[in-house]
Amino acid sequence: MASIVAQFLNGLASASTLFLIAVGLSLIFGVTRIVNFAHGSLYMLGLYAAYSLIDRFGPTPLGFWGGVIGAALLVGALGALVEVAILRRIYRAPELFQLLATFALVLVIRDAVLWHWGPEDLLGPRAPGFAGSVAILGKPFPEYDLLLIAVGPLVLVLLWLLLNRTRWGTLVRAATQDREMVGALGVNERWLFTGVFALGAFLAGLGGALQIPREPAQLFLDLTAISDAFVVVVVGGMGSIPGAFLAALLIGEIKALCIGLGTVTVGGVAISFSKLTLVVEFIVMAIVLIVRPYGLLGKPLAMQRGAGAPVELPARPDGRAMALAGLAVLAALAALPAAGTPYAVVLAIDILVFALFAASLQFIMGPAGMVSFGHAAYFGLGAYGAALLLKRAGLPMEATLALGPLVAALGAALFGAFVVRLSGVYLAMLTLAFAQIVWSIAFQWDAFTGGSNGLVGVWPSGWLSGKTAFYFLTLACVAAGVFLLRRIHFSPYGYALRAGRDSPLRADAIGLDIGRLQWVAFVIAGAFAGVAGALAGYSKGSISPEVMAVSRSVDGLVMVLLGGVQTLSGPLVGAAAFTWLQDTIARNTEYWRAILGATILFIVLAFPQGIVGQLAAWLGSRDRGAPEGMVGWRRRRA
Amino acid sequence: MTAMLELEAVDTYYGRAHILSRVSFAASAGEVAVLLGRNGAGKSTTLKSIIGLVRVAAGAIRFAGERIDGRAPYEIAKRGLGYVPEDRRIFSDLTVLENLEVGRQPPRPGAPTWTEAKLFELFPNLAERRRQPGGRLSGGEQQMLTIARTLMGNPSCILLDEPSEGLAPVIVDQMAAAIRGLKQAGVTVLLSEQNLHFATAVADRAHIIEKGEIRFSGTIAELGANEAIRAAYLAV
Repeated sequence: MASIVAQFLNGLASASTLFLIAVGLSLIFGVTRIVNFAHGSLYMLGLYAAYSLIDRFGPTPLGFWGGVIGAALLVGALGALVEVAILRRIYRAPELFQLLATFALVLVIRDAVLWHWGPEDLLGPRAPGFAGSVAILGKPFPEYDLLLIAVGPLVLVLLWLLLNRTRWGTLVRAATQDREMVGALGVNERWLFTGVFALGAFLAGLGGALQIPREPAQLFLDLTAISDAFVVVVVGGMGSIPGAFLAALLIGEIKALCIGLGTVTVGGVAISFSKLTLVVEFIVMAIVLIVRPYGLLGKPLAMQRGAGAPVELPARPDGRAMALAGLAVLAALAALPAAGTPYAVVLAIDILVFALFAASLQFIMGPAGMVSFGHAAYFGLGAYGAALLLKRAGLPMEATLALGPLVAALGAALFGAFVVRLSGVYLAMLTLAFAQIVWSIAFQWDAFTGGSNGLVGVWPSGWLSGKTAFYFLTLACVAAGVFLLRRIHFSPYGYALRAGRDSPLRADAIGLDIGRLQWVAFVIAGAFAGVAGALAGYSKGSISPEVMAVSRSVDGLVMVLLGGVQTLSGPLVGAAAFTWLQDTIARNTEYWRAILGATILFIVLAFPQGIVGQLAAWLGSRDRGAPEGMVGWRRRRA
Repeated sequence: MTAMLELEAVDTYYGRAHILSRVSFAASAGEVAVLLGRNGAGKSTTLKSIIGLVRVAAGAIRFAGERIDGRAPYEIAKRGLGYVPEDRRIFSDLTVLENLEVGRQPPRPGAPTWTEAKLFELFPNLAERRRQPGGRLSGGEQQMLTIARTLMGNPSCILLDEPSEGLAPVIVDQMAAAIRGLKQAGVTVLLSEQNLHFATAVADRAHIIEKGEIRFSGTIAELGANEAIRAAYLAV
């Protein structure tokens, strides 16, 4: 009994923490519709800043709490700066660009923290006055955790009062629905958005700073925090603050339950619930999204007015000039082993593999309009599928190269059936949930997948063992894959897919089954990602769960966005630019993330349509130019 | 009388589509002016250009003697120019009182000062529904709320985009009375309309727009006397 109560209280404390991490993200999304990838970085920054401030002020009660509040205020001010300097410039860009910009911030902040605080974990002092523990039913329970349990509901109530009982809150809620109209009523809505962003950042910083007595400041906290925050926000319903609270409670308690249960034997089979903690939140998210597509307390997103994203131009079949250019690139690539260094060949294999991976992701993001945060799952299924068939089933390598992608396609068929029922950010989050589930299976099933060590000795057949031979195999597969994806794009099926993306209602009315079209697209994209994954495994000779980690999915997303979502050559250019940059910078400096992030920020601010998209707009003929002066979210009757 | 609001050779584009072409007209202080024209003639675009929601490519817009074209909508609104959109755009999750709160601006010398109480006198239906979300109101009530919300900014001039559109005849009569009330309170009114009957009932002066160009400017009486103009531009 006592241990159940203790676990329950542990669950409440972790729920409070989760709520503080997530609530700012939900607030920012609800008002600005920006999915702030850097939210976890702000949380991490709060923890580090609190460490330094308390170190300077001294561990007195005033020093401690002053340090915590000071850290949160600093992070809030940084949030305001980010909004004014970066996000404000790209509200009118396609919404995924905001995601890309905030991802660049993740990279920059990570290296800024590394530069200022160094790579060591930093453990802060205990909170004065809350350093001990109290006995609850005879079991000691940390006083500080009791304090945290109270902070969550307190923040919830204060936020509710701010949003519902002040003029500022009324204006913010109005701007959430129609920011243009708020401006036309004489309110400078830009400062409203800056304020919301600063408040969200402040809450993230506070969440981090309050963790100082509980966990050391560490460099990877940004990604774990953002992943937790996304899950809580999505389970609760994007933009719903009470929803975030409820979701935090649910996940905090379920995690505590899993730890409390430990290993349970049911009918002779031992089930390790504590192992589940790694993935349980994603299982909860997948179940919630399947049952309630908008989260526990979320509403279908009303089209927000006055955001003013430009209308993106449709992709077009290439003319003869582009076809010739494509052939020229292919010829140049074929000549590479003869002309380039061995290292260039190895790098070129990487670039080709990622080009196909990015092209497959572009296929669902562009024509099908589905953004995936978990596309690496299919890359990984292809890689693991091929490797396991080789190592465990003893199939010849050539056969596994064909069957690996089939495994990826089957995975995509299964997950896709649930994914296509959702849309927008919820869809993206469900793809992330499935990817995390697949990742945790690969990570934990030591006996079959090799667990965190992965599989080694995944080498191609003898005739392909030379780098040059493998390079030509890769080039042939990738060229064929890219060519096929382009053909599908401009087939009647591709047109139907784009019709469903641009006007679901009208496509439905002319008899197109959009869900089915999207599902097929998901399976096609999964299969091609699987080809890329299988090639990647054989090129390295080993695979690890890294191949389907979140960071791989995000890399793919960045490649597609860098190139331009609605251009077919965009992902190829994006993959080449990203892989080459990463490789070049990483060999020359410890701070490659910051340089990569700064480069991405520059590209986002200078080329709001992606590299290729912007080139097309500049070079394009008169009828290809981007519509200018579009105000409002769609053309309306004059 | 001096011109409160003046457009001089205004050009506006949506992408490459030329919407307004050298639009010029003026509204004098204290008068009710109507912009008449068919669907797609450019009425809404004209009003949006004035309030800054659509970028003006060429020409000048002056309000109370100062250039306002190129400024942000909130700056223009703060100078005392109120805008009531055609499709109402009320904040459906906010209550009637909260909708009014969003429109609130400090009192302005030379313009009538409105309070919730005064507005509930002008639009009695809203008084009963003050705590209800805007999304639950009927179409006519929403139309009244959108006007009341703009009046909370104490404008000296108000732009009304098709205030009679889609309303029941009895509500249209109330709307006409409300517009005459605004004029009596000293507010300059520029409204866009397709309905000549409604325009005649409220306006002093009329400007006819067709394909983005002004084709006629004159008093309502002059328009009434000019059968040819009415037949050319307003007959359905």
